[in-house]
Amino acid sequence: MALLDETGSTPVSSPERAQGRWTQWFGQIPAWGWLLAAFMLCLPLFASNFVIYQIFGWAMILGMIALSLMFLAGYGGMVSLVQMSVAACAGYMVAILGNSAATEISLGWPWWLNIPVAILIAMAFGTISGALAVRTEGIYTIMITLAIASAFFYFTRQNYVIFNGFSGFNSLEPPRLFGVDWRQAVPFYYLTLFWATLSYLAVWYVSRSPFGLALQGIRDNPRRMSALGFNITAHRIAAYTFAAFFAAIAGILLSWLNGQISPGTAGVGPVIDILIIAVVGGLKRPIGPFIGALVYVLLRTFALDVLVSLGLDGQRFQLLIGLGFLLIVFFSPDGLLGLWERWKSHMAKSESGLAPMHDGDA
Amino acid sequence: MQSAAERLSAAGTANALELRGVSRLFGALAALSDVTMSVKPGERRAVLGSNGAGKTTLFNCVTGDFPPTSGTVRFFGEDVTHFPPHERIRRGLRRTYQISQLFGGLSVVDNVYLACRGVSRGRFSLIRPRRNDALMQSALDLVNAVHLTDFKDMLVSELSYGQQRQLEIALALSGAPRFILFDEPAAGLSPTERSELIEILTSMPAHIGYIIIEHDMDVALRVVESVTMMHNGAIFKEGNPAEIESDPEVQELYLGGGHVRL
Repeated sequence: MALLDETGSTPVSSPERAQGRWTQWFGQIPAWGWLLAAFMLCLPLFASNFVIYQIFGWAMILGMIALSLMFLAGYGGMVSLVQMSVAACAGYMVAILGNSAATEISLGWPWWLNIPVAILIAMAFGTISGALAVRTEGIYTIMITLAIASAFFYFTRQNYVIFNGFSGFNSLEPPRLFGVDWRQAVPFYYLTLFWATLSYLAVWYVSRSPFGLALQGIRDNPRRMSALGFNITAHRIAAYTFAAFFAAIAGILLSWLNGQISPGTAGVGPVIDILIIAVVGGLKRPIGPFIGALVYVLLRTFALDVLVSLGLDGQRFQLLIGLGFLLIVFFSPDGLLGLWERWKSHMAKSESGLAPMHDGDA
Repeated sequence: MQSAAERLSAAGTANALELRGVSRLFGALAALSDVTMSVKPGERRAVLGSNGAGKTTLFNCVTGDFPPTSGTVRFFGEDVTHFPPHERIRRGLRRTYQISQLFGGLSVVDNVYLACRGVSRGRFSLIRPRRNDALMQSALDLVNAVHLTDFKDMLVSELSYGQQRQLEIALALSGAPRFILFDEPAAGLSPTERSELIEILTSMPAHIGYIIIEHDMDVALRVVESVTMMHNGAIFKEGNPAEIESDPEVQELYLGGGHVRL
């Protein structure tokens, strides 16, 4: 019986088995996790400030926003285009409640008050958007959330009393805590790394909690979940609230990274970019959005130089991104992660295909 | 909505299930017309009838998968006609589906765990279940009760058809069911699996009543004490198994009507 238990648990690796002890927790981390952690922690030792700030800092922030979309789409089956707007909402709130160059609007609250309130307001925005969207399915969810995102964009551009209209807010910077200037490349990198890691771990952990399991159940078979006692509407709305938390943190980091926030932060372009990032990376696992974000940022940053060196118009970098998106979606609906997994299973198959032959030889 | 006290006092005396004039229209088609029936707590009943007789529609109206067009449904005295499905399930109603409705991407034990969680508190909990979690334990017990312990960590999509049918039953037994609707649980099972199913049904605690839709008379008549015959969306005959079996009209309908599965 004990033997059966052991063998039975290996294929699907039941994580609840390793609960309770930190040592067991660490044992669960795969080799690539340790390598990635070491690489990310040591990156500032050998990479330039440009690379850690403009490449990795930006990629981790976009990754967090795409992660909040991945949580809704991958686990909940709800493709929400409102996550970028939720992020921008948090960024705006930090500017409005805290300090900015627009002193006649900004209230100048201390950081310990304005940051939590900004996150709460953004979460409320995400929740209300979710409440409007969850009664629809598929393409209609996308349309409703796109409509909300567009409304947010036009509202912030036209409202001057609160959102300062077209110009938005400038001179946004993180609070000087512990005597560190968090706007400097290295501190900001670690700040972003900390929150990105926390978001990743939280989504990974919650995916196996009752809330996360039930969300996946609702994705696969809402009718059955209802017949098991779950209120699927409430559950879906709660998923929007949960996802909004990560988007909100990322939005605040983004406003610090750019030092400004304006309607263009959450225009239709960036809203769609988040969807592209999540799909390119892969919607099945929480690491996917970060991979997608890194690819996106690298393309955004270097495609222009590549095009110019080939004698083409540098403004065509969007074409490269679009082509890359098309190729990935065409060859692997599960994104880059899906490609990787297919390659792995292909290798495993060809190895096991060889095994009987070796046996025969022996 | 009644108060909790009202509900409790009603539950002592009321029927487990009481349908009054329940009809369900799909456009112009009456899938159910004016069905009135009552089932006592702990009673075990079979619903028989040819395809299209309205048996599964009856189940869907009782669970709220879709509501009746007219009529009332009472569950242990409480009017649940306009309740969403999850509110009925939380009051002790359970069902299985004719075509297994499971979560193929989750493991066997996770499927049952979800069913246990659905009728208890902490549905929104962000904390992963521990190894000694009480609900996880009852999920494992249920997995054992339907003989799936050896497959508990397998993905449901990898189970055989018969195992999926057994898992359907485990989901229906989760929590503290008071009344269960079984929709053709024996369909497609091997003879061995059928006798296992009969054993599970007959060994259930006496206070749990059920209605079973079943074409196989060998299964149906061995596990019930009363029978309702349906025809064209209406109740045709009610009685105990012996009466129904010997009823000339039933024989005419089933055998003379060209039904082959009996």
